Amino acid sequence: MKLDTSGLESTAPFFGSSHELNDGFSAVPSFEIPDTIDFDGFQKEAVQMVKPAKGTTTLAFIFKEGVMVAADSRASMGGYISSQSVKKIIEINPYMLGTMAGGAADCQFWHRNLGIKCRLHELANKSRISVTGASKLLANILFSYRGMGLSVGTMIAGWDETGPGLYYVDSEGGRLKGTRFSVGSGSPYAYGVLDNGYRYDMSIEEAAELARRAIYHATFRDAASGGVASVYYVGPNGWKKLSGDDVGELHYEYYPVLPSTVEQEMVEVAAA
Amino acid sequence: MECVFGMVGEGFAVVAADTSAVHSILVHKSNEDKIMVLDSHKLIAASGEPGDRVQFTEYIQKNVALYQFRNGIPLTTAAAANFTRGELATALRKNPYSVNILLAGYDKETGPSLYYIDYIATLHKVDKGAFGYGSYFSLSTMDRHYHSRMSVEEAIDLVDKCIIEIRSRLVVAPPNFVIKIVDKDGAREYAWRETVKDADVAAA
Repeated sequence: MKLDTSGLESTAPFFGSSHELNDGFSAVPSFEIPDTIDFDGFQKEAVQMVKPAKGTTTLAFIFKEGVMVAADSRASMGGYISSQSVKKIIEINPYMLGTMAGGAADCQFWHRNLGIKCRLHELANKSRISVTGASKLLANILFSYRGMGLSVGTMIAGWDETGPGLYYVDSEGGRLKGTRFSVGSGSPYAYGVLDNGYRYDMSIEEAAELARRAIYHATFRDAASGGVASVYYVGPNGWKKLSGDDVGELHYEYYPVLPSTVEQEMVEVAAA
Repeated sequence: MECVFGMVGEGFAVVAADTSAVHSILVHKSNEDKIMVLDSHKLIAASGEPGDRVQFTEYIQKNVALYQFRNGIPLTTAAAANFTRGELATALRKNPYSVNILLAGYDKETGPSLYYIDYIATLHKVDKGAFGYGSYFSLSTMDRHYHSRMSVEEAIDLVDKCIIEIRSRLVVAPPNFVIKIVDKDGAREYAWRETVKDADVAAA
């Protein structure tokens, strides 16, 4: 065990004190205050500098039949679309899913790590880990790395003994239990459609269609979201992928091109 | 935009906190309980960075419980407040927690008390205190109407005055608040003041 030697540290100032009044007394230990105008906000600025924006749309919600999880599949590096086929719904184990928003590597690695920890829990305790427990494990790990530039905005969705569970966990260490979440740059757009159409007692098909529609609308308005809208369902027997539709094709399904009457046709101008 | 405030009355202390979990312009949920029951007779109302808030208050809660297990008697409110402040101070120059705390408690010998602990480990024992943008409105309201040894009804009335003021004057006012109280019978939830109901799981 590492010995605590902080008590042996000297509190005397490094340079000689010229205070006559302090004869025989050690001077008050002084701290260096950071050289900035905004003392309260300077730390936040430093953290903001390393924090990349989360260009994606993911959502999940609990309803009567279980949990519906959906995401887009676009990866963007600034203005460049690096991929249209990224798997943003990560299968932690057969009854738990995680969504990816933020740094792809961070999400993939830490979800895989979470899957390992969940399996170890199963082996040690002879029973499956709860969604509460799994999300707390991840939140604690991310909290311990806070301020170091990890970018993870994830939702842990699963089904355990207490029924469907949904938690939002992010790289600041925040962890929220809830029934409806959307994460990413397209999330406000997704919330707009999701909140309006949500009812607790929906059928699986209705819920899947709501999820798909919410992702589609987010990809329509958000430049950093696009590709394929994947929809997964988590029920008492585990998760199942329901659909993966290209949002470009979905657009014409929802808004088909109507043949319009031509009012005036353009004709070739006769050569003068 | 987080609002936390509280005051001490006759034989009790009351704290109120908003219940919004916000991420830039998005409200993730509007029923997040930010007042933690520290032990049977103590409440911690915390505001600040979401991760820090939960992790730090849980850390304090578990250490307070550990003290009780080890020593057979619970900590006094003053001791818990000083411990909390000490932890914030130790972490301040290394790995600071961005959490502001109002710690309310009731001790048999000394009665109710309220401690103001801010994120740079300031500690004050106060009769009334507030954090966040809401404090700009609730502090003056409390200063005007507070008097020592208020009854529960008077105090809750004052809490409601503050909530109304925050709702009407703060630009992005939180819609819902939770009020918790601690007295000789223990720490417990007193009421919610909701204007927006989250569509919750029906069979919860």
